[in-house]
Amino acid sequence: MGAADVEAVWRIESARIVAALTRFTGDFGLAEDAAQEAVAEALVSWPLAAPADPAGWLMATARRRAIDAIRRRTALRDRYALLATDPAVDEDIDPDRIDDDILALMFISCHPVLSPEARVALTLRVVGGLSSEEIARAFLVPVPTVQARITRAKKTIAAAGVPFELPPAGERRGRLGGVLSVLYVIFTEGSTATSGDRLLRPDVAYEAIRLARTLAALQPDEPEVHGLLALCELTAARFPARTAPDGSPILLEDQDRRRWDFSAIRRGLAALAKASTRGLGPYGLQAAIAAAHASAPSVEATDWDRIVVLYEALGRVAPSPVVELNRAVAVAMASGPAQALAIVDELIALDRLPGSHLVPTVRGELLARLGRRPEARAELELAARLCTNQRERSVLLRKAAALG
Amino acid sequence: MPKYLLIMRGTDESNAAMMASIEEGIARTRLFIEEMMKAGVLLAAEGLDDPGQGAVVDFSGEAPVVTDGPYGETKELFGGFFLLDVTSKQEAVEWAKRVPAAPGSKIEVRRVPEEDEVPQDSTVQR
Repeated sequence: MGAADVEAVWRIESARIVAALTRFTGDFGLAEDAAQEAVAEALVSWPLAAPADPAGWLMATARRRAIDAIRRRTALRDRYALLATDPAVDEDIDPDRIDDDILALMFISCHPVLSPEARVALTLRVVGGLSSEEIARAFLVPVPTVQARITRAKKTIAAAGVPFELPPAGERRGRLGGVLSVLYVIFTEGSTATSGDRLLRPDVAYEAIRLARTLAALQPDEPEVHGLLALCELTAARFPARTAPDGSPILLEDQDRRRWDFSAIRRGLAALAKASTRGLGPYGLQAAIAAAHASAPSVEATDWDRIVVLYEALGRVAPSPVVELNRAVAVAMASGPAQALAIVDELIALDRLPGSHLVPTVRGELLARLGRRPEARAELELAARLCTNQRERSVLLRKAAALG
Repeated sequence: MPKYLLIMRGTDESNAAMMASIEEGIARTRLFIEEMMKAGVLLAAEGLDDPGQGAVVDFSGEAPVVTDGPYGETKELFGGFFLLDVTSKQEAVEWAKRVPAAPGSKIEVRRVPEEDEVPQDSTVQR
């Protein structure tokens, strides 16, 4: 067995192992360290002698490392307490308890005491089973930065005395919202990279989808979990059509819709149907908008009136200037650019999205459609200056140049 | 992400072994499917009916020839599949090893090429 085999088993088992050890030791940081030690040992010993039961080997080794760590700690504090604290090894695995433990692991990784960056790193590491190197690659940050974030996060959790448990009923919804937003941050990093020279990083988006599927399987009665999953599936369905062979982005209106991933669309629509049973939340509404695009044969044949209504609903449940801007784009398609320009100008007047390249991008497009070419060109050039994604920037400059 | 198809290939012996404890087999398969769903990797799973319920369309001649039932000399019969969304062949194989398959059967692990590996039309050159 090689490193890739070890990684494969680890991907499947890591969350379970860390969850089981956290319950067993009551110490999340210690559990994570012990699990990492086990996988490091596997990388050395499996190529020499493959275990008959790799998953069991990892769990048993991690458990031994956890016991070693407790013993060391206990020895330092009170040698005589050793016998009393020697933990019993629980070999029985109760599937329902494992589900709750993995959920608890997600809640602890996305805990509000942690910084947003730490939540992302910890979730990918302990729930997703990614290495620090993989996380660093995903977010284009140095490996030591990721390692420092994870170390600090574990200390923060210990210092804050965060318990390993499902949040109490009263906090559950809010905390679940926190988990969903971490998954969405991971997804958007893959679907529109905030930096670097590539527009899409499907492997990052895939991690978010995989975690969202896990959460949907563990929390089947939460509509917004299905809403987020639907949004991710429907957005990812367009990935194959979103970039040209040279890596430059292709806008929705120019995409070859035959290249969309129809099985992903079907999965997205199925998840949306589950989200719709009790009224759509912010993720469900965004998924419904994505579904309206996914079901349309062309831009012209898109139900823009419905999309406007969905953006209005989204603006009520989750008001944001970005939603307003998107509503303006939909209004432009449904009722013409003049009405849309009024919405954008109001956003600018109120300075709701300062420094964003999106406002001048949309304003430039609207002005171009209204035939106000010199103003349109100036707006698109401004957008290009503000844009941090190199691929998007060159599209903006090309459009500006085309306006003469 | 690469997708992998796990193709169940049973023999008469393994199918007979499975039918002998069919309820246990169904219960174990259901648990296995749940486990893959909770891991976020399962895209589709289907089991196939007795080949006697199907037909074979043979294209050896000029016109397709249809015969009922299984193909004459087949020793191994496709019994069903799981379609997985995983990061590597090793991960697909690791899941395949966990399938509650009957003794004597085989699972073929096949990669589904990604969209950008398949030429879409003659203008696309990679």
